[in-house]
Amino acid sequence: MSLDYLAAQIFNGLASGAFYALLALGLSVIFGMLRIINFAHGAMYMLGAFATYWAAQSLHVPFFAALVLAPILVGLLGMAIEVLVLRRLTGSDPVYGLLLTFALTLIIVNIVRDIAGPLGSPYAVPDALSGAVNLGFTIYPAYKLFVIVISLLICAVVWWFVERSMLGARIRAATENPVLVRALGVDTQRLVTVAFGAGIALAAIAGVLAAPTTNVQPSMGDDIIIYTFAIVVIGGLGSIVGSIVAGFTLGVLQTIGAISYPPIATTLIFIVMVLVIAIRPAGLFGRPELFR
Amino acid sequence: MRPLPSIVALLALLALVLPKLVYPVLAIDVLCFALFAMAFDLLFGFVGLLSFGQAMFWGGAGYVAALLIVRAHANAPEAVVAAVVYAALLALAVGAICVRRSGIYFAMITLAIAQIEYFAAVQLSGFTGGENGLQLDSRGGLFGLSLEDNSVFYYGLFIIVAVCAFLAWRMVRSPFGVVLAAIAQNEQRAIALGYRVYRYKLVVFVIAGALSGLAGAAFALGNHLAGLEMLDWHTSGSVVIMAILGGASTLIGPMIGAALYENLGYFVPQTAIGAQTDLIMGLIFAACVLSFRRGILGSLLTRGWRKTST
Repeated sequence: MSLDYLAAQIFNGLASGAFYALLALGLSVIFGMLRIINFAHGAMYMLGAFATYWAAQSLHVPFFAALVLAPILVGLLGMAIEVLVLRRLTGSDPVYGLLLTFALTLIIVNIVRDIAGPLGSPYAVPDALSGAVNLGFTIYPAYKLFVIVISLLICAVVWWFVERSMLGARIRAATENPVLVRALGVDTQRLVTVAFGAGIALAAIAGVLAAPTTNVQPSMGDDIIIYTFAIVVIGGLGSIVGSIVAGFTLGVLQTIGAISYPPIATTLIFIVMVLVIAIRPAGLFGRPELFR
Repeated sequence: MRPLPSIVALLALLALVLPKLVYPVLAIDVLCFALFAMAFDLLFGFVGLLSFGQAMFWGGAGYVAALLIVRAHANAPEAVVAAVVYAALLALAVGAICVRRSGIYFAMITLAIAQIEYFAAVQLSGFTGGENGLQLDSRGGLFGLSLEDNSVFYYGLFIIVAVCAFLAWRMVRSPFGVVLAAIAQNEQRAIALGYRVYRYKLVVFVIAGALSGLAGAAFALGNHLAGLEMLDWHTSGSVVIMAILGGASTLIGPMIGAALYENLGYFVPQTAIGAQTDLIMGLIFAACVLSFRRGILGSLLTRGWRKTST
């Protein structure tokens, strides 16, 4: 195996890790604020891809416009779901949040399948990103490079926002002690809605980015959501940094694993998850007190 | 009059005439899923562990039974026993990893571990038949009776499911079951009282795994097929819906839920709204989670004192 080939494979791994990182990050943002795991995250990813596809089909919306519009639309849908449905679960055991979002997944996927049919549709790579770039050691597809760069950028912005900005500080404070934060005059209910919408928008961004790389189909979120769960467990439930690091790392590991021993590609992430929880139950970056 | 014994008697009667009311293989499926949902309820309803990977025992045992019959020409009873042993051992290994966790964390881990078995079955397609699954030519025989006869198979299975349900009911009513209730109510207190909570949970996880495996092996025999959808996480999700719809923590409720779910899943696709089956299931389940958490049986049994309790 030449070094150049390995380097190219690492880039491929980063490109698939970009999707894991964005999805895991969204799950973590939601978990941090609502203490629920959003099972419908895969369905929201799928909606992001379909919004892009439909917008191009019916209104000729270009890819870069969709990259901004689709997350906003899907994020607004997420906020509506939080206000109308999820809010009713306040005070319940968090497993009911998982169960309710599982029900939402069945509903959303069924509706999209009804409109679009079960088979996939291709979505062309935008012209501006259709070529290849010479990285020195290899000629690499421009679109994949774009996916890596844009998702790294988004991860950095979200990290800064949650860990360093004033709103992020309020969100973290409201997670620690909502009663006290409310007493200080912060509308925590609105923070919950915003955090849920933002997490959903991150899933939708991943969906938009996925549209040119895969068939846009109703079941496209089915497998990736379980990988994302495993990645969130590996990174540490609720850890922003953990989600990003685990997402990219496991994307690379999966790709390297696949070239060494192809059948391992689909299961490697789950095997790593089992090893990690055996050694460090709270995950690589998790806080142990959250796991009682 | 206490309502529970009359409900159980009514259900048993209904189960006895079920093959006359619906397509016989559907009746067999109902029994298999009833046992499966009851096994899930032992975990969720009695120790509060939401397993979202129960298909690994159901489907894994289904494949083991089918493989032994197709590849090793085992007879049906041997194959089923081996499948149950497989499910129990798998549950012991998986349980050792995950029963120390709880809540959503437990749900996510069981879901992810179940995917390992699913993808293994996809990868080993030369052995497992891949997308096509493993077809069985015959269910074989037992005590000189042919299991190919749907009635023989159904009523034989009915006796097995009834015995399992009785044993499960005895178990949750036993001193062992009282400890389980203590764990479900307040785990820290149970630990403080000196109970090895981890071991109790592991035992229940293994029992639930073995029973799920028994149900799955029977399902594979009944349908002459072990297919990938038996290992699919949607199947794990279905059994969660069945148990909560019927009424968790009641053992019998999940069986009612299974019967309803299977019948809906069979008859709705034949109607004009057939393409909306998942939508309907999703709406029903969302309604359960939002405002009907005791499920059908739980609501029936607690109607009298609900006003004072909540």
